[in-house]
Amino acid sequence: MDVVDLSRLQFALTSMFHWIFVPLTLGLSILTAFMETRYVRSGDEMYLRMSKFWGKLFLINFALGVVTGITLEFQFGMNWAEYSKYVGDIFGAPLAIEATVAFFLESVFIGVWIFGGDRISKTAHAVSIWIVALATNLSALWILLANGWMQHPVGYVLRNNRAEMVDFGAMLTNPYGWLKFGHTLTSGYVVAAFFVMGISAYHLLKKSHTEFFQRSFRIAAVFGLASTLAVAVIGDFHAIEVAKTQPTKFAAMEAIWETQRNVGFNFIVIPDTEKECNAVEGLCVPNLLSYLTFHTADAEIKGLKDFPKDERPPVMPTFLSFRLMLLLGFAILFMAILAVVYSVRGTLELHPLFLKLMLFAIPLPYIAGQLGWIVAEVGRQPWIVYGVLKTTHAVSQSISPVQVYASLIGFTLLYSGLGVIDFYLLSKFAKKGPAPYGAALAGSEIPDSGAAKDLQPLKEEA
Amino acid sequence: MEFQVIWFVLWAVLWAVYFMLDGFVLGTGMLHRFLGRSEGDRKVLIRTVGPVWDGNEVWLLTAGGATFAAFPGTYALMFSYLYTALLLLLFSLIIRGVSLEFRNKIGSDRWTGAWDAGIIVGSALPSLLLGVAFGNIFSGLPMDAAGYHGSLLSLLNPYGLLTGMLFVLLFLTHGSLYVSVKTTGELSDRATELAHKLWYAELGAAVLFLAATAVFTKLYDNYLNAPVLLVAPSLAVAALLGIKLFLAKGSPLTAFASSCVTILAVVATGVIGLFPNLIPSSIDTGYSLTIFNTSSSTYTLKIMTVVALVFVPIVIAYKVWVYRIFRARITAADVLGSEETY
Repeated sequence: MDVVDLSRLQFALTSMFHWIFVPLTLGLSILTAFMETRYVRSGDEMYLRMSKFWGKLFLINFALGVVTGITLEFQFGMNWAEYSKYVGDIFGAPLAIEATVAFFLESVFIGVWIFGGDRISKTAHAVSIWIVALATNLSALWILLANGWMQHPVGYVLRNNRAEMVDFGAMLTNPYGWLKFGHTLTSGYVVAAFFVMGISAYHLLKKSHTEFFQRSFRIAAVFGLASTLAVAVIGDFHAIEVAKTQPTKFAAMEAIWETQRNVGFNFIVIPDTEKECNAVEGLCVPNLLSYLTFHTADAEIKGLKDFPKDERPPVMPTFLSFRLMLLLGFAILFMAILAVVYSVRGTLELHPLFLKLMLFAIPLPYIAGQLGWIVAEVGRQPWIVYGVLKTTHAVSQSISPVQVYASLIGFTLLYSGLGVIDFYLLSKFAKKGPAPYGAALAGSEIPDSGAAKDLQPLKEEA
Repeated sequence: MEFQVIWFVLWAVLWAVYFMLDGFVLGTGMLHRFLGRSEGDRKVLIRTVGPVWDGNEVWLLTAGGATFAAFPGTYALMFSYLYTALLLLLFSLIIRGVSLEFRNKIGSDRWTGAWDAGIIVGSALPSLLLGVAFGNIFSGLPMDAAGYHGSLLSLLNPYGLLTGMLFVLLFLTHGSLYVSVKTTGELSDRATELAHKLWYAELGAAVLFLAATAVFTKLYDNYLNAPVLLVAPSLAVAALLGIKLFLAKGSPLTAFASSCVTILAVVATGVIGLFPNLIPSSIDTGYSLTIFNTSSSTYTLKIMTVVALVFVPIVIAYKVWVYRIFRARITAADVLGSEETY
């Protein structure tokens, strides 16, 4: 492999690994903050124990999200120096702003939240986790505005052999970036909701801490269903934006070869990339795709053959990832609806099969998110900045394949080790369950809580 | 003033503050097994940096991000030329972060011992590598029309290694002073005593560095042209002497403050000498990376200036607030059963 392929592989590996941790951070910070707020408002110790139990899992996951994020900032310069030189004038700004505006906030207040319990008021403690939640979400905004610019570059001119920013506002309000932000952010919330529901299901099946996990499940179920609906709705608008701004990606996502009107949606498609057509098409709903995309039945959709071969993305991975993501999305929606129905009715334990399903469903939103990134990034190829700069022209000129092989092996080993340790810690503490009543307060660093200790003696089986 | 100059100053400030803040975390990390004789001691030491290490490391990410946004030409070449060195820096910072966060999750000796090794390596290696990197930036990298002619080994030249040693000693002293003011009893006394000893090594490295800088770099040219700039190295020397003076007077807190000033002034000394270069070429000055030939457009620099002027003071304000919250010394009572807290 050459430096371009190796660097692409390394960026894919390191960003997908990073993306294991970020979505859970985005959503679980909000759920933890919500639980702690309930505690501060109601004084119900159950919610304190919830915020501590889920907060502990949040922190284990958060640590890896933080350290694996540094890699991405470094790699733009290390592996993609020509890219950084060419677009740094406009692309560097959101990254620097992310660090200044969001990263400081997140990293400082996570310290306050972990260690500040006995030094600040209960309210200030709850506020600090809300600040962390806000900051992680804000961080995602800047990163996705940066990525949105790579997908649909705006507010720049080509001058002095590079892309120079001429309209900061345009980048800030790039619809592509905002839709991507909304779609990605809410998909993170779904990951967190299924994480909480899955672990709750595990304990409900074992009948341990029943009330604790019923309530956790219910909170996550409502959050999960609302988020899943948001992912779908924003995703729909996002796809329309893709069709308008990145016709080659859209055509690859849908495996459309010929430009045509009244395009139907085939439930069964097997593309043949050699012959540039679909070998199998079946179960067609006429006009559906045209209608979904441009809201008229006879809208024209551009086919791949309208573009030179060297400007088309790899069709198979784009198409398959998109289809599988959609499929998972519907499965997730279906489960989220059932989850709300059962948990609101309080009949979760009457459905052990469903609980088992929810336990094994934890990975599904993760996988859907990774597939979404494959659609976004593979579908953008061969461009690194759509229509402006090709990936092959973006790589560093001073690095050798040996260097990148070595770093790729290094990342693989280091990340595998970290992944195993993280999984071990998460499952250990997830299985262990929450601290018993009283312990959460005794071990906590929140003052004036001694009085509450005896209010609710062990009312559930440990 | 031109925006490039403003961003040169901001760039230097970000690096200097990063070294001042992460310096004591790196120093504490290198020393925690040595100063902490018992597991209780070690827990106390980890706790002294626990609430702040992450926020301190972000100064590095911001310095990197600022280089990208303000001087993309330098960012691109510096990171790709120093590929392997930066990779090692990255790996060691990852290991340090994870080690600090995971160390106290499980109580067994094997578990904590393994992460302690991670903390030591993850603290010593970045200190050395950052020093080596800055030594090479001060003396210049071999670059010309054909690109970069160096390698990882060529970075480990005598001047680079000397600067690396200087950074390690700066951070060791800084860290032991931090421990001295953040802990109590025997642990604090041990740290104070160590700072006394480390100071001599730090002084030796600083003298060697100042002398070698005259031989290996052109940093002093700017000072010869404008002697008023000598304020920075004078301050560095005075603050360095101050550390010993205040230690002798029995005031580790003032000595720690003096160590902060030392680090800021050392960075200022180097960076003032660099101006207007960001990375000089050691073989063809025509290919030096300067603040003028690698900067972003004025439009971008203006926007980034507004962002920095608005948000950096806010960051400083809440960081000061957080340091005030955690200003108390850490005692054994603070870390009892700490793995149960979260």
